[in-house]
Amino acid sequence: MTEKFTSLNKAVAQNLHDGDTVAFEGFTHLIPYAAAHEAIRQGLKDLTLIRMTPDVIYDQMIGMGMARKLVFSYAGNPGVGLLRRLRDAVEMSWPKTIEIEEHSHSAMANAYEAGASGLPMAVFRGYLGAGLADVNSNIKSVTCPFSGETLAAVPAIRPDVTFIHAQKADKKGNILIEGIVGVQKEAALAAQRVVVIVEEVVDTLDTHANATILPHWTVTNICHVAGGSHPSYAHGHYIRDNAAYLEWDKIAADRKVFLAWMAENVLQATPEVFSQRIATLKVAS
Amino acid sequence: MSDPGFTSDEMMTIAASRVMKNDDICFVGIGAPSAACNVARLTHAPDITLIYESGTIGVRPDILPLSIGDGELCDTALTTVSVPEMFRYWLQGGRITVGFLGAAEIDRFGNINTTVIGDYDAPKVRLPGGGGAPEIATSSQAIYVTLKQSIRSMVKEIQFYTSFGHGVGGDHRQRLGIETNGPVLLITDLAIWKPDPVTKEFTVVSIHPHATREMIQETCGWAVKYSDMVDTTMAPTKKELAILRDLKQRSSAAHTGDAMKATMAT
Repeated sequence: MTEKFTSLNKAVAQNLHDGDTVAFEGFTHLIPYAAAHEAIRQGLKDLTLIRMTPDVIYDQMIGMGMARKLVFSYAGNPGVGLLRRLRDAVEMSWPKTIEIEEHSHSAMANAYEAGASGLPMAVFRGYLGAGLADVNSNIKSVTCPFSGETLAAVPAIRPDVTFIHAQKADKKGNILIEGIVGVQKEAALAAQRVVVIVEEVVDTLDTHANATILPHWTVTNICHVAGGSHPSYAHGHYIRDNAAYLEWDKIAADRKVFLAWMAENVLQATPEVFSQRIATLKVAS
Repeated sequence: MSDPGFTSDEMMTIAASRVMKNDDICFVGIGAPSAACNVARLTHAPDITLIYESGTIGVRPDILPLSIGDGELCDTALTTVSVPEMFRYWLQGGRITVGFLGAAEIDRFGNINTTVIGDYDAPKVRLPGGGGAPEIATSSQAIYVTLKQSIRSMVKEIQFYTSFGHGVGGDHRQRLGIETNGPVLLITDLAIWKPDPVTKEFTVVSIHPHATREMIQETCGWAVKYSDMVDTTMAPTKKELAILRDLKQRSSAAHTGDAMKATMAT
């Protein structure tokens, strides 16, 4: 193994800095909870958080006052409802004011792809009649030089650092992502630095020709944290803890309850707790 | 009033399921649309293609997903593609026959708000936002909407245009260069609505059993218009009800089961 493999503590300390633009990506599946919790423990500040579907981890980071700005396309607790800490920040500026840049899923998916492609912007057919174009100055339009059609344009997303969670790394550091792959490959290839947290480290990835792979030379650091995606899930390893998402709605509803929960379950915890949290959720292999 | 043997919510889901066709390629919103689409698949439309925005194409879930990205969707899908591919090739590429959406607020022209209540920069209630909806609304060949009627949800003027329906009515879509049909069906817990062919305002074409014109107006924020011919929606059949209740029961057990203990233990 090379020094590409590090502890989560070291990977966050080395790659994420105050003021960074950072994506903790994942589309319901493979949400990098362990990485986000480590960032919360290290008390980072003034972050610009990017994610298509900011859910509980961004609710937690925003509630802990770490975010200066949020770039997003759907800010909800998936299948449950609203993000109450985000709402408190937007509506009541608690614990502090947050700037928001809001897009549609199409726009952000295209913007990540443009970032991974080394392009300055993304072009797509979108935002027709949509109110977001009036409140977000980063939504513009271009005229197709061939057909004359007016198309939407948004700037490419180029994070300073992207954190993702994946099933496997081999010993060289090649990464395998399976199941709902979301926008993680694009978010990784669009970033300056990439940290991947994996469920397991194996001798060979033992997969097929068209699998979603990030070669080791595209990844800055790798950390092994079994269960590190809980209460999200890792396809083939453990199932989504839907009850925890339902429970979060109650925890996040009250500032004091939230802070107490964060102290007990994040600030005083370590990455090792994740393997206990998935004990009853494991998929038979 | 006597007990009809089904709830208005069940009537809504079953009425919505009936409009789905076996050869539809449907982009499914979470919640009420997801239940309706899966009842359709389990009754009259076994070959319907259901697509969720997590990239899962041709899903056949045993339990209703809580989120658009539950493992159950990927496990039962024909294929799972990346999210950029989902939105570029499959939605923008024009492959979707029906986009099925829910809504926090809808107006009489099928414009939907799921973004904000109050001023955008100083909101009274910050809602989750549009997600895939702004482009689903314009790239799907047609849009169906299902929601429970209330003064808060069916409003005279929506507070934010998250996704565009028929705008101010008439040919507003065409004037913006939108070539798809937009909202062509609204299914509520009380009635089925279709847009007037000229004005594009939603008009009631069918009233559910045990619903009345008074109930429809009391729970709607605009003056309700009726089609010249108003039908009575067929009550749910025993088979439809059994399939819906089974599905709901399995789903609810799966979402709130033992996993709760596992989380709170640590």
